[in-house]
Amino acid sequence: MKLFGWRPSLLGIYTVIFVIILYLPVALLPVFSFNDSATPKLPLVGFTTKWYASLAHNSTMHQAAWNSLVVGISTAILATVLGVCAARATTRHSFRGKASAAGLIMTPLFLPEIIVAISLLVLLLAIGMPLSLFTVILGHVLFCVPYAISVLVAGFEGFDPSLEEASHDLGAGVFETMRRVTLPVLFPSILSSLLVSFTISLDEFILAFFLSGTDPTLPVYIWGQLRFAAKLPNILALGSIMLAASLLMLVLAEFIRRRAERRVSAQV
Amino acid sequence: MNRRVQLALANPTVRGWLVISPPLVYALLLLVGPILVVVAYSFWTQDYLEIRREFTLDNYRAALGEPIYRDLLMRSLWISATVSVVTVVLSYPVAYFISFRGGRFKSLWLFAITVPFWSGYLLRILSWKVILGYNGIINSGLLALGLIKEPLTSILYNANAVVITLTHSWVAFAILPIYVSIEKIDRTLLEAADDLGDGPLRRFLRVTLPLSMPGIVAALLIVMIPTVGDYVTPRLVGGKDGVMIANAIQAQFGKASNWPLGSALAIATMLVVSTMALAGVGLLYGLRRLLR
Repeated sequence: MKLFGWRPSLLGIYTVIFVIILYLPVALLPVFSFNDSATPKLPLVGFTTKWYASLAHNSTMHQAAWNSLVVGISTAILATVLGVCAARATTRHSFRGKASAAGLIMTPLFLPEIIVAISLLVLLLAIGMPLSLFTVILGHVLFCVPYAISVLVAGFEGFDPSLEEASHDLGAGVFETMRRVTLPVLFPSILSSLLVSFTISLDEFILAFFLSGTDPTLPVYIWGQLRFAAKLPNILALGSIMLAASLLMLVLAEFIRRRAERRVSAQV
Repeated sequence: MNRRVQLALANPTVRGWLVISPPLVYALLLLVGPILVVVAYSFWTQDYLEIRREFTLDNYRAALGEPIYRDLLMRSLWISATVSVVTVVLSYPVAYFISFRGGRFKSLWLFAITVPFWSGYLLRILSWKVILGYNGIINSGLLALGLIKEPLTSILYNANAVVITLTHSWVAFAILPIYVSIEKIDRTLLEAADDLGDGPLRRFLRVTLPLSMPGIVAALLIVMIPTVGDYVTPRLVGGKDGVMIANAIQAQFGKASNWPLGSALAIATMLVVSTMALAGVGLLYGLRRLLR
């Protein structure tokens, strides 16, 4: 038996069920955000957009969204700049201690986030820096650099070093080579890294929770609202919007990355 | 340019360190530095509003000795070990499928599996609360179908709910290292096993599984170490019986305001989970030798 040219096997069926279960809980949020009931339960009672409409006049939420935007954009830019340095060093240079240096930079990915968050909190308060969106950005950059690196390394690997050498030989200086050769070739990976870092920052809760002081980001705002059962449908609506935005950015990042990959393999 | 600087720049090691220095210095200042400060705090004492900077092991004695903290730590270790084993068992077939049968859709499968991991951390846990709750989707659905008379109370606010939620959150992250290690296996070795008369099961146990062990080990560590310190999941779905060590650590930095004790709890947790993880790795490699 064949389904759409694919022969189902036990393993294949398992994988499909696995992916469905992976998405199911998240897919429930949008479903219940349109349900005309104050508590999310079955059976569904009717379609409404009132939970979305009430978000339009919620100025606290708007401030949190603005904060998230500021943090996300700053984090994306800083993490990508640092990520380019690390990705370049690991793909183009060979030197002693490279593995340990790269390992250290990747560590935030493998530690419990609460450890990273409280250590940063303790240090910042010890040196007397007040908590603000700036301190959230400091934490988010630390956390996003490893993801940025993993996206950017692929870009550097598909980038022929002889292009830069040729530019040098033709008399271009360091900055001209960077502007006219390096950045254009790496542009898709850089864009993809910006989008991924922004998405991760938008979604990140623990670091923001410990480091944000009195300016909440969206996840911190959501956390505060969870105490009020009556606010749950609004949170589901807000969450659905955030999920849709994240999904859009991740798909866009993947699309850009793949197109660039295809272009590189076409050149070879 | 100064001649000495030029000479230094000609050295590839110097150039490499120079290029990697911005992110490295950032990590040193904002990760290593802070962790060292926490280590220092863990040896100090909170004296009302002051910190007394005299070396003491009292915080560690409390963190590892007092029953509340010891129980929380044991429960956190138990939960994170369960989550990592269940996660690896559930992910392995998926990684296997993508590597052997993925064909030209391999990267699409991997992308589809990692997307939920990159977005909606808080929302995912929230949706499990909505699914498992007293008036939640499972209970209200079963009630509406007439399968149960009153809501099940055993599915939310306990350690099982924490295990389910954490497993669902981390399962995607375990697939990547396992996939990479299966992908690296030389396919001719499998053909050789076939030719030498191994059946599919024997071939899997003697070739594929041992050779993918580095991926399994990496996946176990990648899941176990971060989940031991999860804060949100126990708070949202754990209830009284699902409280984990991160909740106690947070309390010391919040309401209880005993930073040295909080620091000692954090450092002790990291040390214990690392030791346990290393012991687990040793056990797995011992097992691999037995399989051969």
